[in-house]
Amino acid sequence: MALGNITCQVEPREFVSFVGPSGCGKTTLLMSIAGLIAPSAGKIIVKGREVSGPPGNLVLVFQEFNKSLFAWRSVLGNVRFGIDARGNRSRETEFKARSLIELVGLKGFENHYPWELSGGMQQRVAIARALAYEPEVLLMDEPFGSLDALTRLELEDTLLRLWGELGTTILFITHDIEEAIYLSDRVWVLSRRPSQIIEELRIDFPRPRSQVATRAEGRFMEIRNKIYRRISDEGAG
Amino acid sequence: MMRESRLNGFFFLLGSLAAWELAAQAGWLNPLIVPPASKILNSFSSLVWSGQIPLQILASLERAAVGYALAAVVFIPLGILMGLYDAFHRGLEVIVEMLRPIPPPVVIPVAMLVFGLEDEMKIFVIFFSCAWPILLNTVDGVRNIDRVLLQTAKTFGLSQQKIMWQVIVPACSPQIMTGLRVSLPITLILVVISEMVGSTDGIGYFVLDSQRRFKVAQMYAGMLALAILGYALNQLFNLLCRIFLPWHVGMNKRME
Amino acid sequence: MSNSKNFNWSGWLAFTLLLFLWEYGSRLSPKLQLYIPPISQIFIALGGLVFSGQLAVQLWITLVRFVEGYLLAAAIAVTLGVILGYLRFVHSFLEMLIEFLRPMPSVAIIPVAVLLLGIGDSMIVAVTVYASIWPVLVNTIDGVRHIERTLVDTGRTFGLSRREILWQVILPAASPYIVTGLRVSLSIALILVTTAEMIAGSKGLGFFILDEERSLHSSNMYAGIIVVAGLGYTLNRFFLTLESRAMKWRHGMSAREAA
Repeated sequence: MALGNITCQVEPREFVSFVGPSGCGKTTLLMSIAGLIAPSAGKIIVKGREVSGPPGNLVLVFQEFNKSLFAWRSVLGNVRFGIDARGNRSRETEFKARSLIELVGLKGFENHYPWELSGGMQQRVAIARALAYEPEVLLMDEPFGSLDALTRLELEDTLLRLWGELGTTILFITHDIEEAIYLSDRVWVLSRRPSQIIEELRIDFPRPRSQVATRAEGRFMEIRNKIYRRISDEGAG
Repeated sequence: MMRESRLNGFFFLLGSLAAWELAAQAGWLNPLIVPPASKILNSFSSLVWSGQIPLQILASLERAAVGYALAAVVFIPLGILMGLYDAFHRGLEVIVEMLRPIPPPVVIPVAMLVFGLEDEMKIFVIFFSCAWPILLNTVDGVRNIDRVLLQTAKTFGLSQQKIMWQVIVPACSPQIMTGLRVSLPITLILVVISEMVGSTDGIGYFVLDSQRRFKVAQMYAGMLALAILGYALNQLFNLLCRIFLPWHVGMNKRME
Repeated sequence: MSNSKNFNWSGWLAFTLLLFLWEYGSRLSPKLQLYIPPISQIFIALGGLVFSGQLAVQLWITLVRFVEGYLLAAAIAVTLGVILGYLRFVHSFLEMLIEFLRPMPSVAIIPVAVLLLGIGDSMIVAVTVYASIWPVLVNTIDGVRHIERTLVDTGRTFGLSRREILWQVILPAASPYIVTGLRVSLSIALILVTTAEMIAGSKGLGFFILDEERSLHSSNMYAGIIVVAGLGYTLNRFFLTLESRAMKWRHGMSAREAA
């Protein structure tokens, strides 16, 4: 059994992260919330309604972006995928898709195919695709995990910028503690299996955050160490 | 889970055979076209025990084996040469590209002109048909050898001949095996066709002849024998692969 | 040909040399001339046949049978393949049957087909369909089965219905495999049509070639072979062009993976 009883309240427009030891079921958690995995026992309740199947106002961005992008669609085609699925094709939606592409920094690549892009660019396409769908909540499963360190920092800032402009609620999973702190309003630490929430931390560094300034704050390291100790206790125990 | 699905398939097969038998006995199927399964199996076993089918299979196999072996012996070395020496490859390229699009069965009349209805005719046809898969796969295999592999051999000071036998041949052998494997069904198909078009024995001839004499159960028995032959050859090939290329089989299993 | 930019001088030279050898070698003995007539004679025969319209008639007959058989097989095989690839349960039942039928050379079905359908167009098309189904079926099943779970999940997270996922995710994702199967069955279909025409036909290029051999008109026979080869080549080229247009998203990918 991967998950224990997990109850948490997420405010609209919040950016929250889950961290925890390897294999604690973070992905299972997200997939369940997204309605892609049915719980073997118990229920998932989102906005007061039970989840059984993709609820329609949530989108999940996967870690393996190269396996989730549609190789036969161009960048624009991929970003439009969710919109097309709704059947909303119009000049307005086309414009929306293009502006999102620009927002993630891929202007000029609309007609490229995924294989022509680097890993970081591909993940940006996946993010743009998710946001074009205008979900109320965005679920992200270690989206930057397969990228190199510098690209990761770049995308963290891109994500924060998007979040700032669009105001989507974001549930973020990562194994990178500092990333979680940097990005979020709140961080939840999960225990080993069966996972429970063992710590909740409020992160109130001022926004917009900065890779240099925010990370340099003394309290940043304090929080980071606290979480690190919590997790390694869990892992070792 | 795997075992469950094998059982499903097995029962389906059994069920279909039973349904076939019942339908035939009930008179729903035209016995001249689709006799009962039991009759076919009967015919099959009596033909096997009387030695008829094994005899025909042997005749077919002889030709098939010679044609196949000849093609391997000629086209593998040729392919290696073409793969290694680009000039050689370019020289033969046009000729190969001209001959490739010829569908193999169409060569049978030519072979019949030159060789009559003898074994040589079938051997030639098989030789021609296996040529391209074997040749092209071999060339590909040689060309795809990583530069780094060859450079490694050179840094160890190996002579050209040693490099050929200890590096090149082993490195391209999986691809050569692919060419040989693909040629197996081609060989079988063409032995059958060439026997149907111009022969007096062999399993292909047997099936056609049975049909012409309206010995329908026999015809199906021959087809069953062919299916079994095809399956057996495949398994034999896989076995040989495991013996001669154990390292590659293991590698592939890992990747799966 | 390897480089369209570099004309393959040596290749064409070798080929021309071969033609010369053929031309003069065959004139060395009258017996040889019968079996392997000089190239010039073959081309004269070819010209004659083309002008008399004879070859065109036979070519058309064969082509029509080919197209009918190939397309019908493709439609059946892709449909069946998607169903079997998607519904593992159904596939588990049929898997063994498929495994047993596959090793049997498809040409062995010709006598059965003659029993059922006589020796006409329908027999030839039926045999072609039977043989051409296998590569496409097997590859389609493979393609559908190998689709990344993540891709289907992506479709689901965007709220796509099962039907939409089938058309917008599964089919495009499986298309490289399907196309490979279609390419293989192209050659198989041509082989089966010509074979059926040879074994039990009365018209078409296959029959024509065999017939000319029987009457010892060897030049005509070779002329027929050249036409069949030309047909095969053209069909292949046509297919490759279609493929590269439809699959340009894939081609780049394979090139990259190979790099």
